[in-house]
Amino acid sequence: MALLEVENLKTDFTTDQGMVHAVRDVTFSVEQGEALGIVGESGSGKSQTMYSIIGLLADNGIVNAKRITFDGKDIAPENFVNKKTYEDAMKDIRGNSMAMIFQDPMTFLNPIMKIGDQLTETIMNHNKVSEKDAHELALELMRKVGIPSPEKRINQYPFEFTGGMRQRIIIAIALANNPKLIIADEPTTALDVTIQAQVLELIDELKKNSGSAVIMITHDLGVVAKLCDRIAIMYGGKIVEIGTDKEIFYDPKHPYTKGLLNCIANPDEDDDKELEPIPGSPPDLLNPPKGCPFVDRCTEAMRVCKEYQPEVTKFTETHQCACWLCHEKAVTK
Amino acid sequence: MSEKPILSVRNLKTYFDVTKGLFSKKQIVKAVDDVSFDVMPNETFGLVGESGCGKTTLGRTIVKLYDPVEGSIEFMGKDIANLKGAELKAYRKDMQMIFQDPYASLNPRMTVGEIIKEPMIIHNIYNTDAEREERVVELLRIVGLKPDHIRRYPAEFSGGQRQRIGIARALAVNPKFIVCDEPISALDVSIQAQVINLLENIQKEMGLSYLFIAHDLSMVKHISDKIGVMYLGHMVEMGKSDDVYHRPLHPYTTALLSAIPIPDPDVAKAKSRILLEGEIPSPINPPTGCPFSTRCPKATERCRKEMPQPIEVGGRMVACHLYER
Repeated sequence: MALLEVENLKTDFTTDQGMVHAVRDVTFSVEQGEALGIVGESGSGKSQTMYSIIGLLADNGIVNAKRITFDGKDIAPENFVNKKTYEDAMKDIRGNSMAMIFQDPMTFLNPIMKIGDQLTETIMNHNKVSEKDAHELALELMRKVGIPSPEKRINQYPFEFTGGMRQRIIIAIALANNPKLIIADEPTTALDVTIQAQVLELIDELKKNSGSAVIMITHDLGVVAKLCDRIAIMYGGKIVEIGTDKEIFYDPKHPYTKGLLNCIANPDEDDDKELEPIPGSPPDLLNPPKGCPFVDRCTEAMRVCKEYQPEVTKFTETHQCACWLCHEKAVTK
Repeated sequence: MSEKPILSVRNLKTYFDVTKGLFSKKQIVKAVDDVSFDVMPNETFGLVGESGCGKTTLGRTIVKLYDPVEGSIEFMGKDIANLKGAELKAYRKDMQMIFQDPYASLNPRMTVGEIIKEPMIIHNIYNTDAEREERVVELLRIVGLKPDHIRRYPAEFSGGQRQRIGIARALAVNPKFIVCDEPISALDVSIQAQVINLLENIQKEMGLSYLFIAHDLSMVKHISDKIGVMYLGHMVEMGKSDDVYHRPLHPYTTALLSAIPIPDPDVAKAKSRILLEGEIPSPINPPTGCPFSTRCPKATERCRKEMPQPIEVGGRMVACHLYER
C-alpha cells in the first residue's frame, strides 16, 4: 500500500466574490521513499492540495475528499467526528511522521526564539525525552544539515542566520522525528542559485539516506528534473498529467506540459531556439471553465474540450494524462 | 568592430553610506566597485549575479536614479555621470527602465492610458491629447494588449499583462536604450516566455539596446549577446554569452553555471555540481584581495591579499589571478 493516497480531493474557498474552486478532483499517491514533484504555476492549486492534506488550510477553506490515507491511517477531515478530533489527530502527525518545509524561512521560524529551542520543541512535542537529550539531538540535526559550529549556533536567533542557513534549520526541524513523508513547498524559490544548489543537494542526500518520501511543490522544472522520480503537472486546480520524470520530460502528452517544456530556456542547448510561449493566462478559478481548464490557451482545442472535462487516459502503469486528444476515440491519433 | 558603443561605462563606483548613529565609525557599502563595460547599438547586455552583487545598483546608476561616486558613463558619446536638470531629463528620454515588480511599478489610481501617456507629457512629445491617445493605442497593440484596455486600471490585469503595460510606458518616449531590471522574475513560467519574446521583437523592430539584469541564468543566456558576471560589486567575467556559458573562465562563473537546475532529468541527475561553500560575504566588510577568495576552491595566498585586475583572455574579460602570466 502506498504511503499517501489521495482520491478525489476537492478544496473550495468561500470568498466575498463567491466560491473559489482551488483544487478540483485530484487523485494521486506517493510510495514509501519516492520523490514526487508537483509542478504548476501560481494559482494552479499545487500548494492548496498539500495544505488540504496536512490540515493547514485557511479558515475559509472547505475540503472534500473521497479518501485520504497516510501510513495506513484515514486522515480525510470529514471522516472525523468533529473538527477538534481531526485537529488533534493531525497535530500528532504533523512534525512527526509528516513534516513540512516552507518557502520563506523567515516567516516559518519564530524570530524571538533561539534556534536550539525551536529544534528541541519539535523533538520534545512528539517524544518523551529529557531536555538534555533533546539538546544533543538538536546538535546532531544541525550537523546533519551542514551548519558550521552548531554548539555556538544553537544559542543564536534566526536573524543571525542567512537565508540559506535558515532554510537548513527548517530542514533540520522537518527531519527531527524521522518523518516518513516530507512535503517541501517551493523550498528554494527565495534562495540564490548557488545556495539553491546547496539546499537541493542536501535534500537529495537526506532523501537517499533516510528513506523518507518527498513531495516537492515547485514551479521550477529544473528542480524536479534534479530531485524527483515522478512528476505531476497541475493546471487550473487539476492534475493534467502525471508520470515518471522521463515520461514527463521526454514524452509529454498534455499540450500544457508540452507548452511548459517549450517555453523554458535550456542553457545547455547551443543554438538559441526561439521560445514558444503559451498564449493567454491561467483560468479564473472563481468561474472555472466547464470543460478542460486549458481550453482557452490550447492551440489544439476541439469542441468537446469546451463542453466536457477530459477523461483520463493511461499510457503506462505510471503515465496518465487528462486530455481529449489522448482519448482512444480522438481522430488525431 | 568599427561600430561605436551606445553605452560605455568606465571605472564606475557607486557607494552607499550605511553608518548607523551619530558617533559610530563610518561604514560604506561599495555596491558597485570599479566596473567597466560597453554596450553596442542593437545589442543586449546581460548582467547576472546573486542578490547583493550590485547588479541592480549598477542598472539604477546608469539610469541616474543613483549618483556614482567616481567613473564615467558615456551614452552616445556624451558623459552623463554628472548630468543635472534639463540635460538629465533629455537623457532619460533616451534611457528608459522596466522594473521587476509589475504590481509596485504601476500607479493603481491611474488608468492604463494615463500611465502610458505620462512620460509623453513630461517630455512634451506630442502637442495634443488626441495625438498622444493615438500613440497609446499603437503602443498597446505593439505590446499585445487591446485598444479598449486604455480606460482600465492596473488592478484588472494579470502580472504578465502589467509587465506589458510597463514596457509600453518605457517605449512611449521612443528610447534608444532600456534597462530591464529583472523584468520576468515575478512572472509565471508560461508568461515569462511571452515577455521575453516581446522584448526580442521590439528590439528587432525598433533597434533598441538592452541592459538585461536577472538572476535567472537560463533566460539571460537566451536573450543576451554579451554577458557580465558580477560578484560583490565587481565584474569578474565578461564576454559573448556562448563563450561565457560554455567555456567559463572565472571560478565563480563556473560554480554559478553549474548550479543552474537543468530541465532535463538525465542531465540533471548525472550532473556534478561545483558546490560553493558558504554564502556571499557582507559587502560592508568585503574580504581583502579577490572578493571571491573566501569561497573559491582554487584560491591561493595571493588571491587573499591582492585584488586581481581585469585582463583580456581570448576576446573576453576576466578578473582572476589564475589567468595572469
